[in-house]
Amino acid sequence: MGNPIDLFGIHPQALGLWQRRAEVLSNNLANADTPNFQARDIDFRAALGGADAGSLPLAAPSSGHIANTSASADGLKYRVPMQPSLDGNTVDAETEQAAFAENSVRYQASLTFINAQIRTLRTAITGS
Amino acid sequence: MSFFRIFDTAGSAMSAQSVRLNTTASNLANADSVASTPEGAYRAKEPVFAAIRQGLGRDASTAGVRVTGITESTLPVGSRYEPGNPLANADGYVFTPNVNPVDELVNMISASRSYQNDVEVMNSAKQLMLKTLELGH
Repeated sequence: MGNPIDLFGIHPQALGLWQRRAEVLSNNLANADTPNFQARDIDFRAALGGADAGSLPLAAPSSGHIANTSASADGLKYRVPMQPSLDGNTVDAETEQAAFAENSVRYQASLTFINAQIRTLRTAITGS
Repeated sequence: MSFFRIFDTAGSAMSAQSVRLNTTASNLANADSVASTPEGAYRAKEPVFAAIRQGLGRDASTAGVRVTGITESTLPVGSRYEPGNPLANADGYVFTPNVNPVDELVNMISASRSYQNDVEVMNSAKQLMLKTLELGH
């Protein structure tokens, strides 16, 4: 725990990602009736993996090589539709609602971890 | 702070759905309006939704929805023989709108459900923001 950046573990980065995911999911729900709209979601493992390890860069010895910036900047992928509709919309409102609720809980979990860490530190500092 | 973007997104969807509710209300209200010519008859209106795009190419993300226009139904209008009606034409016919009340009710339910969804999203985002503000208390 020497480095203050590591104080809260992965949770500060995770909070940012949960937030980004809430944004993507709310966008899916907003476009639940838009023709040809395709629902998207964040590949969380890939996105958080990148945030955690700083991702291993590929060597690019020649000027023509392309750096491996994670596939689509923020790991956004299209959802595989369960019941595609005739107008080309792939939003399943129930799936999105469930994902949004799950995402909220995970966000609150990260918040709780950070809060607990702050309380621990406060106890250590004040000794009471 | 991206939670504020959720308010924009959900807000745009709520306004789009309320436009949809508005057209439904207009269609249902005019379901029995008659006219003396087929061209003058009321035609069912329906909004066209489109996602608002931000950025280009693969990284393009969408942020909300907007109404790009209101279309009028191209279904044929009906006609009724009512010689006593002051609006009747020379042959005694009046022309009725092409509004299908069942379609309109289905649209209304769908719009209000979507609206409720968006309100829930907004409420959740608000709660999470408030919890974040309380961090460290």
